[in-house]
Amino acid sequence: MTSRHTAIPDRPPWTVGDFLLRWEVMLIGLLAVVVTANSLISPYFLNMYSLADSTFNFSEKAIIALSMALVIICRDIDLSVAAIIALASTAMGLAAEAGAGVPMLAVIGIVVGIIAGGVNGAIVTRFAVPAIVVTIGTMSLYRGISYIVLGDTSLSEYPADFWVLGQGYAFGLIPYEFIIFLVLAAIMAFVLHGTVIGRNIYAIGNNPTAAQFSGIPVDRYRFCLFTLNGAFAGLSAVLLTSRIGSTRPNIALGWELEVVTVVVLGGVSILGGSGTIPGVVLAVLVLGMFTFGLGLINVPGIVMSIFIGLLLIGAIALPILLRRAMERLRSHS
Amino acid sequence: MSVTTAPLAGVWNPAGWLKRREPVLAILLIGMMLLIGLRAPVFLSQRNLDTVLTDSTILVMLAAGQMLVIMTRGIDLSVAANLALSGMVAALIQLQFPGVPIGFLIAAAMLVGLTLGAFNGLLVAYVRIPPIVVTLGTMSIYRGLIFVVSGGGWVTSNQMTDIFLNLPRMRFLGLTSMVWCAVVVVALVYVFLRHTRYGRELYAVGGNPVAARYLGIDLPARQFMVYCLSGLIAGLCGYLWVARYAIAYTELAMAFELQVVAACVIGGISIAGGIGTLGGAVLGALFLSVIYNALPVINVSPFWQMAIAGIVILVAVAINARDEASGTRRILRESHAGSGKGERPSP
Repeated sequence: MTSRHTAIPDRPPWTVGDFLLRWEVMLIGLLAVVVTANSLISPYFLNMYSLADSTFNFSEKAIIALSMALVIICRDIDLSVAAIIALASTAMGLAAEAGAGVPMLAVIGIVVGIIAGGVNGAIVTRFAVPAIVVTIGTMSLYRGISYIVLGDTSLSEYPADFWVLGQGYAFGLIPYEFIIFLVLAAIMAFVLHGTVIGRNIYAIGNNPTAAQFSGIPVDRYRFCLFTLNGAFAGLSAVLLTSRIGSTRPNIALGWELEVVTVVVLGGVSILGGSGTIPGVVLAVLVLGMFTFGLGLINVPGIVMSIFIGLLLIGAIALPILLRRAMERLRSHS
Repeated sequence: MSVTTAPLAGVWNPAGWLKRREPVLAILLIGMMLLIGLRAPVFLSQRNLDTVLTDSTILVMLAAGQMLVIMTRGIDLSVAANLALSGMVAALIQLQFPGVPIGFLIAAAMLVGLTLGAFNGLLVAYVRIPPIVVTLGTMSIYRGLIFVVSGGGWVTSNQMTDIFLNLPRMRFLGLTSMVWCAVVVVALVYVFLRHTRYGRELYAVGGNPVAARYLGIDLPARQFMVYCLSGLIAGLCGYLWVARYAIAYTELAMAFELQVVAACVIGGISIAGGIGTLGGAVLGALFLSVIYNALPVINVSPFWQMAIAGIVILVAVAINARDEASGTRRILRESHAGSGKGERPSP
């Protein structure tokens, strides 16, 4: 009788090899390599102030990556996040011209994000169509609205104290943006890894039909995740607009791809059902430090994109190729 | 009892014909052009139609290539970057060696396109990385490579040889050579898709990959092939784009891949694979091109382009979804009715 209970263990036995091959552990190793390389290449790298300032370059994208991770774990994708930033920023710009104060601007940015994300979620669940097509459509629509409103002009009539959100420091050292990212990361990690909601998201991502039959309201979850993603994109728009102090319709162009890259690099399967928030946070740091290092040695941004593309493909291809090589070795011996 | 539910193949059925995507799209397209013509007669002038047709060719060809990829449940987001890199390479070669024959330059652009497409295909088919991840990655790699090979510089019209610039503008039988080029590409893809084994197998690969493998179809080989074809077409379009607009630079055709995917979606190509026709993809591309070209003619600011394209895509998505859903329901209803008849005791 007891053998029946031990036939399938709760979890696989812990081995050193498996632990070292875990994605998060590999990312920590990668982070160590990047930081070491950077500090060898440039004497300016290991400086508290420049390290803290370097987080400005990725905090806004990192915030969206958190909610995008949940969307992708749930087998969806949202390519409209950058367009939502443009739309939210445009709305904030118009509100600022009409005389809105800082708290009002922040609320407007986030609410526009929520509405845009909710529209995505409604279309995806209502028509049961792949999220990638829907969000390509809304991407064009949201940024298109921004172009209709702004044309080739820009909005920069923001209140004098608006800059604090995106440029301010806590304790004179750590940018608010980065603190917001860390707090949200902690919340999302708790929700995904410590609550029933998180278990349900994994269940939906692994098998939506089975999840539906186990009583999980699949479409309601997906709708809520798209809305959450919109809210985070809206928050990101508030911070970005505050940081650069002006709104153009081409703001945050191409960010959706960088966000998806970070999420996938963080070990979230694009096919859904697996991935962790700590992984995404580590990927954010790896990519952030990597591009910061390239910037220190004056590599132009467009050339950085080559390395980011290679990192994305290499990070996924290498483990697959290694595993295949191992299997071939094993079958030969 | 006679079976009346399914009409025999080959019998022309007007109601059924009108339920298909292509005739409806064609009617919409013509209706839209007539409406635009009512508002601004100049739109229907021979000269303007000639421009619209020539402008649409690149989107038409790329949509034909993209359609093959989407058929296999893939997606190629790197086409625009591939196009720009191939075009830049052709432009740089003629800048360095002005004596090189034009045929060699076009072949070079197509070879670059094919190589970049093959790299995508290798990663998708043989390393087995999801297509969206692969082409997202190669999109930024190829885009960055343009900067590397050109040093961030521009190649402008006064740095291009006459034959390089003029070939796309030459006319045969009243149409530009770009239009003829698109006709040839579409015809080749049509023959490939309709009349070759490999083309037919793409429907099986996209419709049900597991069943396709049991049939003995070499899945990775078919996937590899479609990315190569998409890349080859992107390379050809790279030369045409650079020559027609007389400029090559790093941001050339930025985000054009989204229009290409949009054309396929409008044409009823299912992103889930296995469903779609070449005619749909071509009509989808023409539809988008006509909209883009009509806006300035009817005095709408070009800043409306993006939003209108977005709405068109969303409407097409909704229609696709309804078609596919009613298709499933129809099968259910028919089989249900069929079994009902069988069980009914005869009076």
